[in-house]
Amino acid sequence: MGREGKEDGGEGAKLRNDVSPSVEAPVKKAISVTVNGVPYRHEVEPRLLLVYYLREVLGLTGTHIGCDTTSCGACTVIMNGLAVKSCTVLAVQAEGATILTVEGLAKDRTLHPIQEGFWEEHGLQCGFCTPGMMLTALQILERNPEPSEEEIRHGLDGNLCRCTGYQHIVNSIRYASRKIKEEGGTAIPETAGRERR
Amino acid sequence: MIPAAFDYHAPASVDEALRLLRSLPDAKLLAGGHSLLPMMKLRVVSPGHVIDIGRIQALCGVREDGRALVIGAMTTHWAIESSPLVRARAPLLAECASRIGDIQVRNVGTIGGSLVHADPAADYPAAVLAVEAEMTVVGAEGRRTIRARDFFTGVLSSAVRADEILTEIRVSALPPGTGQAYLKFPHPASGFAVVGVAAVVRLRGGRCEDARIGVTGVGPTAYRAEAVEKALVGTTLDDRTIAAAAEHAADGVEANEDLFATPDYRAHLARVFTKRAVRAALERAGRA
Ligand SMILES: Cc1cc2nc3c(=O)[nH]c(=O)nc-3n(C[C@H](O)[C@H](O)[C@H](O)COP(=O)(O)OP(=O)(O)OC[C@H]3O[C@@H](n4cnc5c(N)ncnc54)[C@H](O)[C@@H]3O)c2cc1C
Ligand code: FES
Ligand code: FES
Repeated sequence: MGREGKEDGGEGAKLRNDVSPSVEAPVKKAISVTVNGVPYRHEVEPRLLLVYYLREVLGLTGTHIGCDTTSCGACTVIMNGLAVKSCTVLAVQAEGATILTVEGLAKDRTLHPIQEGFWEEHGLQCGFCTPGMMLTALQILERNPEPSEEEIRHGLDGNLCRCTGYQHIVNSIRYASRKIKEEGGTAIPETAGRERR
Repeated sequence: MIPAAFDYHAPASVDEALRLLRSLPDAKLLAGGHSLLPMMKLRVVSPGHVIDIGRIQALCGVREDGRALVIGAMTTHWAIESSPLVRARAPLLAECASRIGDIQVRNVGTIGGSLVHADPAADYPAAVLAVEAEMTVVGAEGRRTIRARDFFTGVLSSAVRADEILTEIRVSALPPGTGQAYLKFPHPASGFAVVGVAAVVRLRGGRCEDARIGVTGVGPTAYRAEAVEKALVGTTLDDRTIAAAAEHAADGVEANEDLFATPDYRAHLARVFTKRAVRAALERAGRA
């Protein structure tokens, strides 16, 4: 699945010949997005998924593709202040959006408290789920700065880890919760944009 | 997985969206995309044109209109779950929204998309049936209102026609003494409702004056458990009455079957969850 995506999803990718009969040459759309504080502008095919845009057009491969079916959360990024599964968002839907990926978490070579938490509490083994876990964790902490273990586990409903058994991930998030409180900051940095209501 | 190619349109108004819907062949509306995009990625559907209604401000948000609560079709599950207005005026809907999928899904998925998609295992259908919501749709012939009872017409099909747009969901204020609850048995992997029961009960002078039970996950569409309602109204809602009434939760319904639950098991869960949901609603009616 991932392989097929690679050949197919890139910006300059050629159309496959199974296009729907009513659309012979879909019109590319220009999108402007700000990712980790950097503005970008690209012409993309409407069917390009946000995760492929981030990974293959912008080269930000920290956002992973685990299941490609909205189940595992490995592709989670924060878009306009909201954690979303980027395998189920079109790049064109992100037009005008402000996005934070794992690459934008550390500032001036200092780890974000959630990264520090995963480091200190051994929140990862293979690390595949980690970027999505961390970004979802920030959404949990933003809405509930001092969550209980149960609330954290419930908040991670949409993120799968095949290695850790979750306990160390929960511990890492509790570490970040304490650290953010200590520092008096907010869980989700400015660069992730804000929810529009 | 990559969807088949399509042309993308992002209208700024409902009128513009309607015009596009009428003029483009083979077009599909895109709301949160959390049902449509997975289907497009699997190529179960491959529309030639996708009309993204996500930028139409008029379809977003919650407001009061006299005694009614009005929820825009593009309002996300998260916005509903966290809205103080919904929590105060239609707590059942907020509770229901909070039980859908996971954080990321709730951040993006919309009530309008969920209702029109009409998945037999979706959560909102039970809730809109129990609160007797009315759905407003617009189309070429103007505006019409569809009652929750008439809205779900079959597996993955609703009364909204292909050239119509669902714009809002209206819920009338419920009188004092009304308690409401949504209880769900989530599928352990997908999170969808194996069974979900929404109960609204109203007490007056110690007796049940009104009972409305919406059940999802059990049959091809969500339904009102009328036999249960009849057995509750007029009683004092003592435990034995509730238990006996709940036995009718799946009467006359041909229950769904999948790898996880046999029809018998689903019907059993419907009875158990109806009993629990009525009890929970009753407790809240007492406190209301
Ligand atoms: C991992 C995962 C878990 C989930 N778990 C649950 C769950 O536990 N319970 C649950 O109920 N749901 C669940 N869902 C489904 C989720 O709630 C979807 O968001 C919802 O079903 C569809 O809403 P949407 O806004 O994403 O609609 P879309 O996917 O954009 O659209 C769905 C359909 O409705 C049509 N449509 C959308 N809006 C309108 C409108 N205003 N007027 C007319 N037609 C319209 C579209 O054309 C399309 O056919 C889950 C989804 C995922 C991916
Ligand atoms: S890759 Fe997006 S949820 Fe698994
Ligand atoms: S650390 Fe390997 S999947 Fe989570």
